[in-house]
Amino acid sequence: MKLIAAMSGGVDSAVAAARAVEEGHDVIGVHLALSANPQKYRSGARGCCTIEDSHDARRAADVIGIPFYIWDMADEFHAGVVENFMSEYKAGRTPNPCLRCNEKIKFAAVLDRAKAMGFDGVITGHYARTRDTDAGKTLHRAVDPLKDQSYVLAVLNRDQISGALFPLGDTEKVDIRLEAERRGLAVAQKPDSHDICFVPSGDNAGWLRERLGSESGPIVDQDGTQIGEHKGAYTYTIGQRKGLGITVPTADGSPRFVLKIEPVTNTVVVGAREELAVSSMKGERAIWCGPEIAPGDHRGFVQVRAHGQALPCTYRFDGTNLVADLDSPLLGLATGQAMVIYDGDRVVGSATICETAS
Amino acid sequence: MSIYLDHAATTPMIEPAIDAMQRSLRKIGNPSSLHTDGRSTRKDVEEAREVIASALGCQPSEVIFTGSGTEANNAAIKGLFWAAPDKNLIVVSAIEHHAVLDPAHWLVEHEGAELIEVPVTSDGVIDCDFLADLVTTRGAEIALISVMAANNETGVIQPIDRVVEIAGDIPVHSDAVQSFMKVPLSYSQLGLFAMTISAHKIGGPLGIGALILRRAFEMPALLHGGGQEREIRSGTLNAPSIVAFATAVTESIYNAVTVSSLREKFESGIADVAPDAQINGTGAGRLPGISNITFPGTQADFLLLLMDGKEVSCSTGAACTAGVHRPSHVLMAMGHDEIGATSSLRFSLGATTTVGDIEYALSVIPEVVAMAKAANSL
Repeated sequence: MKLIAAMSGGVDSAVAAARAVEEGHDVIGVHLALSANPQKYRSGARGCCTIEDSHDARRAADVIGIPFYIWDMADEFHAGVVENFMSEYKAGRTPNPCLRCNEKIKFAAVLDRAKAMGFDGVITGHYARTRDTDAGKTLHRAVDPLKDQSYVLAVLNRDQISGALFPLGDTEKVDIRLEAERRGLAVAQKPDSHDICFVPSGDNAGWLRERLGSESGPIVDQDGTQIGEHKGAYTYTIGQRKGLGITVPTADGSPRFVLKIEPVTNTVVVGAREELAVSSMKGERAIWCGPEIAPGDHRGFVQVRAHGQALPCTYRFDGTNLVADLDSPLLGLATGQAMVIYDGDRVVGSATICETAS
Repeated sequence: MSIYLDHAATTPMIEPAIDAMQRSLRKIGNPSSLHTDGRSTRKDVEEAREVIASALGCQPSEVIFTGSGTEANNAAIKGLFWAAPDKNLIVVSAIEHHAVLDPAHWLVEHEGAELIEVPVTSDGVIDCDFLADLVTTRGAEIALISVMAANNETGVIQPIDRVVEIAGDIPVHSDAVQSFMKVPLSYSQLGLFAMTISAHKIGGPLGIGALILRRAFEMPALLHGGGQEREIRSGTLNAPSIVAFATAVTESIYNAVTVSSLREKFESGIADVAPDAQINGTGAGRLPGISNITFPGTQADFLLLLMDGKEVSCSTGAACTAGVHRPSHVLMAMGHDEIGATSSLRFSLGATTTVGDIEYALSVIPEVVAMAKAANSL
């Protein structure tokens, strides 16, 4: 096949590209420049698509022996990912920009262009597996549970999955690094990237405050009594306990947690830990990563964070929304997060959480 | 089979220059040393200097060897500005190479200089009336004027004789990196104050250029050290590269008539294989080998990738340090919008280009353009 390898400059995408070449595919490497004003150097595990990263990707492509290009996706990334990140927070929700990037950039903007230019698909260094079944290509967890990235890929529809190759899903990370050494890739020991790539400082709240302002507002308890003041409601996260700055103690001295963020009134609601319990969730914009689910109840697992646990649940699609009832409640769940449904290790689909119930 | 149509980026070294360089590499002797070995190398350098001076119509002492055309441009822009402490205005054309624009902007940011960019017509020729008005109203403030002899992206030749006439006593520098050895060029006849040339655009090696600077004129240097090259460019003279530079001049195989007719064949072919394409700068005089073409509804970086996949090397014009393609400031100055300025390719032909190269490139363009349009419509 003729394939485009998305190369970030990290070890995973480099090994993924090398494996695809070894399997006999005709591969070209593409580094996505996602920032209009890239930093020159990478600082630790933070930031991405610095000039240093694009250099690392280029050198990996040299070693693998494939052509290499840089695609400027800064405008698409800003419009599709960064602005969405800000508007979601502004609306009191907690988005995951990595999912959004996979959905809108890597497996949309890049995959579509690749296909238009005569390529068959896109290779990435994500840790996930696909299987060819009678019902088409399906998405599955990676063998390495610590690295499994199927959660952030669960926004891909069947067409996108059919054009995606994840050569690393069958290997543990530690072995990928060894393989990179063996292949002579200089990035073998480069640190993994963490956090949100466009917030190089790692300070999401500060980043949001700079862009959305920090209009202060009330922190109230559940009966509406003001007990504190916040500096920008969107810088809080459901379930957050630290950094609330509340000086009024609770009657029994128990800690308070953020329960709700109300953007219209710029209010943060806090309360006791038990109030965070969620036993049912509803998600909009459902996406099926394989066959569409049949009507009625199904047993499976739901995961609500990239490295969260898979929680046993009963799920169904009501024609509009994806609904999951948990066997046992979960503490702290924000709207805007993705709910990803698993059937064993297979990713059934995902939706964006729009409602929760205790 | 790789088809190389990027000669304006760099062109193959000619064999006699490679031979001359190898012979020089095998010799010992620092050209600044006083002993026999040093003098022998110095003799090679000075002979090379005379050859280049003669080709340019300048005096040998006016040739200052540098490490690149970029260095020569930096030395000229900064040196001429620093040499006129009572003048704060720098005037350059809007279509200069970054090796002129960036040092000028650096002087604005770091030394409080004022910069005025002279606009160009839709064919990419500088607006001499604008320049004349500027010289009339603010001539006493102008430290230097820099206008390239021909543009690197479009090949459009600039009216340097007219610029010099308008400038009067104001020093004029011209970046002639693309013009040297392609079209007639005489430093003395043009009446220039300073000029930049580079070896690797004419069949010589990379890493050697020259600043031509009026005899006996002193200006602050970028590099200080051993005092070589009139104390304007210290550093051990790069004898092998200098010798090869001169050999590239004397043994040049570039034939402007041949290259020009190949370009004509290419451009008339473009009209057939990509009827909606527009060739930029055709209303002006152009260097023989450069063809800058806008393919509407495409993005140049995709065009380049696809051409590269067909083993045709060409250029998108301008790339920033990260390798990201940016809208061409040259095409923007000619009136293209940002979209037009990111959908153009530069094909540049050289001494080794053949009819077969042109025919092959034309044969792949329809498919490449169709795919790039499909990718761009998403």
